[in-house]
Amino acid sequence: MPIARAAKRATARLGAVVLAGALLAACGSSDSPDSADGAGGKVTLTVDLFGSFGFKEAGLYEEYEKLNPGVKIKQSDTQDEADYWKSLQTRLAGGGGLADVQGVEVGRIASVTQQQSDKFQDLKEFGADRLKGEFAEAKWSAATTKDGKILGLGTDVGPEAMCYRTDLFEQAGLPTDREELAKRWATWDGYLELGKEYKKKAPAKSAWLDSVGSLYGIMIGQEEERYYDASGELIYDRNPAVKEAWDTSVEAAEAGLSAKLDQWSPQWNQAFSAGSFATIPCPAWMLGYVKGQAGDGGKGKWDIAKLPGGAGNWGGSYLSIPRAAKHKKEAYALIKWLTAPEQQAKVFQKQGNFPSSTGAIETIADAKDEYFSGAPIGRIFGDAAKESPVQVLGVHDQNVMQQITNALSEVERKGVSSDKAWQTARKGVDNVIG
Amino acid sequence: MSLTATAKAGPPSPAGTGPGPDDGRAATLRRTWRKASPYAYIAPFFTLFLAFGLFPLLYTAFVSLYRVELQTSGEMEWRGIANYTALFTDEYFWISLRNTFTIGVLSTVPQLAMALGLAHLLNYKLRGRTFIRTAILLPYATSVAAATLVFAQLFGRDFGLINYAIGLVGLDPVDWQTGTVASQIAVSSIVVWRWTGYNALIYLAGMQSIPHELYEAAEMDGASRWRQFIHVTLPGLRPTIIFTVIISTIGATQLFGEPLLFEGSISGGISHQYQTLGLYMYEQGWGFFHLGRAAAIAWVMFVLIVVLVGANALIARRRARKEAGR
Repeated sequence: MPIARAAKRATARLGAVVLAGALLAACGSSDSPDSADGAGGKVTLTVDLFGSFGFKEAGLYEEYEKLNPGVKIKQSDTQDEADYWKSLQTRLAGGGGLADVQGVEVGRIASVTQQQSDKFQDLKEFGADRLKGEFAEAKWSAATTKDGKILGLGTDVGPEAMCYRTDLFEQAGLPTDREELAKRWATWDGYLELGKEYKKKAPAKSAWLDSVGSLYGIMIGQEEERYYDASGELIYDRNPAVKEAWDTSVEAAEAGLSAKLDQWSPQWNQAFSAGSFATIPCPAWMLGYVKGQAGDGGKGKWDIAKLPGGAGNWGGSYLSIPRAAKHKKEAYALIKWLTAPEQQAKVFQKQGNFPSSTGAIETIADAKDEYFSGAPIGRIFGDAAKESPVQVLGVHDQNVMQQITNALSEVERKGVSSDKAWQTARKGVDNVIG
Repeated sequence: MSLTATAKAGPPSPAGTGPGPDDGRAATLRRTWRKASPYAYIAPFFTLFLAFGLFPLLYTAFVSLYRVELQTSGEMEWRGIANYTALFTDEYFWISLRNTFTIGVLSTVPQLAMALGLAHLLNYKLRGRTFIRTAILLPYATSVAAATLVFAQLFGRDFGLINYAIGLVGLDPVDWQTGTVASQIAVSSIVVWRWTGYNALIYLAGMQSIPHELYEAAEMDGASRWRQFIHVTLPGLRPTIIFTVIISTIGATQLFGEPLLFEGSISGGISHQYQTLGLYMYEQGWGFFHLGRAAAIAWVMFVLIVVLVGANALIARRRARKEAGR
């Protein structure tokens, strides 16, 4: 049987190749020295972020590299913060694969200061305590541990407003003036009323609102206490503010006002340019996201008005340096520069991320955004930032929020009853807290 | 090599009489080497298996008895079997078990049936046979991530090609992500697309080992192609079919990438409607950072696979015995 023998030989050879490959792989994993990182040579700083921080868009890396010829900056970016956090946690636990600079969302900062303070660099060692006066008080204290370690420098905060499509408003016969709209939707009831009006004469395949998840998120941002109280106890279940945001979102879903999209999903992204929704609750950082997704075609079609129901804050971020980072000193120099007033102001001009540095806030008061029909973003977001409450942060803020918006999607997309969905949310939160 | 060298340069025999005893020692050494060498050859595999297979398995069992959180993985708190009891009282565990089963059936059955048909067709003399054989393997060579992302676009609710096509026929668009059955069909279709060609090639190889005389004899007896398929091909393929069924069962039990990337949701959709066991484990471990519970799920899955494969093998053997007794 010559064929069988040949086959056998081939199999043996294949086996040898596979084995050799496995051995090589096992041996080859040792660190290869990074030749570019030698003394006196170039330092490559890695920056790992989520969403849109806007540093690259505002040309800040290029500028920094020009100012510091010895430094090269490499940025990686994950769109969805939940995915980003997952991989960051895995790498922190393993102690490898960490970037020199890691972004941290404000909903996670309590987890960093309370659970992982030993895994992040105390920036005080580099003299960060001298910067304290430059930042908004609440922003600064949230990144400081009880024993005084400073674990991150604030980039932006998330004062809230409402973005809307003037072209779609026009087609539906609604006013497009931002001042008039602010008056008509002074309350959330007014916003829903206007939505119902929109629905009657709206262009085909266009909803009033992108998703009830966004609506819930922006409403919860108007509250001081949300999921935790000041003593750190979980209170989402009996907090009337959560209930109100929930009920309003359910009402919007049941009235069919939303485009039934999931925030951060590919479909949500596509819908920005397709005109699937007329309004989107937008914290300042959302401006950059809208620009990115709606593209040049959306320029001038968008506008921004004051948020219904008062000022609020949703999100905002920090830059931190993990203990396991390779170039801590250089990384600190970079984040100190990136979060300095001038740079924060530049990011705001370009991307709309609202500065957390008090110095920067003063310089941008008159800023306008051409993309958003020349809306006075400096004033709108500046006012919101001044009036928004200082929020109580908790370890699982972000996860609790995710479970609740997930359950709201059930109401929105599947028509599940409010009570049943709330049970789902509670079960989800229990599951998260474990 | 070093062994033979030592043998040749062995110390001279004390009596210094001749090569006799020296030859004896060399022979012994050679014999020992012949006996031992197979173990040396397979040692690398078993070393790797111990380090990356057995040790993680046992360590997972150990971890599953503790409360371990990824964020504070240094602190372990003894829980005994509490992770397992929590699992069996968790509604989402049962949902994901059921989903794993339904998605498994929805993907494995059409996949293997289509593979069988494809292999049967490819077994005929076709023009460009080699090209076609290579082509059907292409989906298998595509990465899960790429394939799933493309399928997710196709199955999009508002801008998906499939809903567009459905609309042309005049039907209402289907929400492929939200509906339980719809989403499971969508996820299964990715699996079917990726693995059908792979299985078809395995079947083809099996078919080609069936002696050609059997077909000739069947043809002489006036059996149609279909009858030949039923009475010659299928019995001849039985071992191959059992193999693919077992492999597909294991694959279906571990299904993970497709449901995870389909919507980018770690809970398998807003109501866990297409969350598989693999995804459920991932959600507990890397979504909520409960490593202890994730380890418990891993072990339950392991036992489940062993039981499934065992049942498969048992059925197969019993059928084979029945055939033999006939």
